[in-house]
Amino acid sequence: MPLAAAPPPLIAFRSVGKVYGSGDAAVAALKGIDLAIARGEFVAIMGPSGSGKSTAMNILGCLDTPSAGAYEFMGVDVGDLNRDRRALLRRHFIGFVFQGYNLLPRTSALENVEMPLIYRGVPAGDRRRLAYDALAKVGLADRAGHDPNQLSGGQQQRVAIARAIVARPQVILADEPTGNLDTATSREIMDLLTALNQADGNTIVMVTHEPDMAAFARRTIHFLDGRIAGDGPSAEAA
Amino acid sequence: MFAETLKLSIRTIMRNALRSMLTVLGVVIGVAAVIVMVTLGEGTTAKVTSDVAKLGSNILMVRPGQAGFGPASASADVKAFTVKDVDAIESQVAGVVTAAPTASRSLTAIYGSLNHAMPVTGTDNRYLAARDWTVASGRDFSDGELAAGASVCILGETVRQALFGDGDPVGAVIRLKQIACRVIGVLDKKGASGFGNDPDDVILVPLKMLQRRIAGNQDVAAIFVAVGDGYDTAEVQADIESLLRERRGIGVGEKDNFTILDMAQITSMLTSVSGVLTGLLSAVAGVSLLVGGIGIMNIMLVSVTERTREIGIRLAIGAQAHQVLTQFLVEAVVLSLFGGVIGVAAGLGLAAIAGRWLNVPFVINPAIVIVAFVFSALVGVAFGYFPARRAAHLDPIEALRHE
Repeated sequence: MPLAAAPPPLIAFRSVGKVYGSGDAAVAALKGIDLAIARGEFVAIMGPSGSGKSTAMNILGCLDTPSAGAYEFMGVDVGDLNRDRRALLRRHFIGFVFQGYNLLPRTSALENVEMPLIYRGVPAGDRRRLAYDALAKVGLADRAGHDPNQLSGGQQQRVAIARAIVARPQVILADEPTGNLDTATSREIMDLLTALNQADGNTIVMVTHEPDMAAFARRTIHFLDGRIAGDGPSAEAA
Repeated sequence: MFAETLKLSIRTIMRNALRSMLTVLGVVIGVAAVIVMVTLGEGTTAKVTSDVAKLGSNILMVRPGQAGFGPASASADVKAFTVKDVDAIESQVAGVVTAAPTASRSLTAIYGSLNHAMPVTGTDNRYLAARDWTVASGRDFSDGELAAGASVCILGETVRQALFGDGDPVGAVIRLKQIACRVIGVLDKKGASGFGNDPDDVILVPLKMLQRRIAGNQDVAAIFVAVGDGYDTAEVQADIESLLRERRGIGVGEKDNFTILDMAQITSMLTSVSGVLTGLLSAVAGVSLLVGGIGIMNIMLVSVTERTREIGIRLAIGAQAHQVLTQFLVEAVVLSLFGGVIGVAAGLGLAAIAGRWLNVPFVINPAIVIVAFVFSALVGVAFGYFPARRAAHLDPIEALRHE
C-alpha cells in the first residue's frame, strides 16, 4: 500500500535566492526562484544581462550555493555541501560546455576529452578508448591528435562537448555554447546537442541570448530581474 | 592519478625550458656548493687520515710554544728543548719506547753541477726508529758520528734522485751551505705526500752537526715520541707534560710553554684549515638555496596566474582543492629536483676538477648526493606550497572568467 512517491526531479530550485555583497551594497541576483527540471529535458534559459540567468546556472552547476531557499540536485541539498563535495557532484554528474570552449591550450583534443576521466580515476587504457568514442560521437575522431589552436571554433566547441559527455553525466550545462560561433556552425552545434538529447537521452540545460538557438530546446525559461518571467514550450524557430 | 600529475608537471616544465632553467639556477648553485664542499672535505679528510697513518699512529710530537701548526722552529722567542729533556722523557716516562730530538733548517744541497733545496733535519737514529723509517742502502749514524757531530748525512729518495739520478750516492761528498758532507746512507722510499710535503725530500744529519755548524745553537726544536703498544697515549702525554713542566720550571697555575700533539690533534688541526672553506661554502649554499626557493615561489605564482583559467576548468570539471594543490606542489618539487640533479652533476664535476688541482682525492659520498636531492625536494615543497595553495583556493567561477 505504500504511496508510490514520484521520483524527485533531477534539478529542483525551492525559493532560491542569491545575494551578492552585504549591507547597503547587497545586490539580489535571484529573488525566490522555483524551478524543476526532469531527466531527459532540453531546457533553454533566456533573459537579458543581469536577469540572474548566469547566477542560476552557477548554482545549477554546483559552482555556487544559494543564499536563501534550497537547491536539490538528484534529491541532495547542495547548500549543505562543502566545496570538495560539490566538486565530486560535478565530477560524477555534471558536464560543462562554455561559451569560450575553455579547452586546455597546447593539449591535444583527445587529452582534453580525457581530463574528466583522470579525476574519476579511470585507468589510462579505458580513458583513451572512452575519450576516443566521445570524439567520434561529435564527429572529430580524425582530429584527436590536434591541439585546440589547430581547430576551428566549431570544432573546438565539439571537443568541449565531447569532454562534457565523456563521463556520461546526468546533466549537460551549456553556457551560451554558440555565442562565439557563426550561424551555420551554431546550427551544427545545436543539431549535435539536439541529437545528444533525443537519441541518447541526455538532459541539457542551455543559456542563450538567441531565440533561434532557444528554439532547438523543448522548453524555454525566461529570466527577468532575478525572477522567472516565463516558462513553457519553446517557440518554433523562424 | 599521481603518475598523471607527474607527467603533466614534467610536460609543463619542459614547455618552458628556458624559464625553468633560470628558475632553478639558485637551487643548482646551492646544491653544487654543498656537493663541492662535502666532496672536497671528504677528500681532504681521507688524505689527512692516510698521511697521519703514514706518520705512525702511536706518535706524539712535542714542540715549544703554544698550539699552531707550522715549521717546528716557528717562534724564536720560545724556549727550545735540550737533548737532556729528550733523554729525560725517554728514561723517566713509562710507555715511551723512544724519544727523538730534531731540529731543522731549509738548505740547498749541491753535488757537482746539480743542486736541490730541501729541509735538513738534525737528529739521531732514534728518529728513524720513532718514525719507522729504514735505510735502503748504506747505514745509519754511528755513535761516534753522533757524539762528534760529524759531517755525514743520510738522503731521502727524492734528494738522491735530484742529485745523483740513478747513481749510488753512498760514499760521495755533497755540500750543505759551505759544509762538505759525506753521504753514508739512503732512506727507503716512503712515497706519496705527508701533509702535502714529500717525506722523501729530506736530508738527515747528526743533531750536533746541525746545531753547531748550521743552526749555531744547542736547541732541540721538536721531540718525536714513540709510545709502546698497550700504553694509553693520553696517559703518556700527561706524564710528559708534568715532566716537562717541572724541567722547564713552570709554576702551578702557569700555562705550558710547549705543546704535545697526538695524531688526533694533528689531524684535527689539519682538517680545521678546510673548516674555513667548509663554512664559506655552507653560507653560499644556504643563501643560494634560499634565493633558489624564492625564485621557484615567484615563478610558481606567475604560473598560477597564467593558468588561472586552466585551474578554473579543472575545478569546474570536478578537481578537488587538494588535487589542484598537489598538481602545483608536484610541479614545484619536480622543478627544484631538476635543479638538484643539475646541481649534483655540476658539483661532482667541479669537485673532481678542483680536487685534481688541489691534489685532493675525489671521494663521492652517496649519502650527501641523496641528502642534496631530499633537500632540493624540500625547497620545492616549502616554496611551492604557498603558490599551490593559492591555486587550490581559487573560486572556479572567477577563475573561468579570468582572461
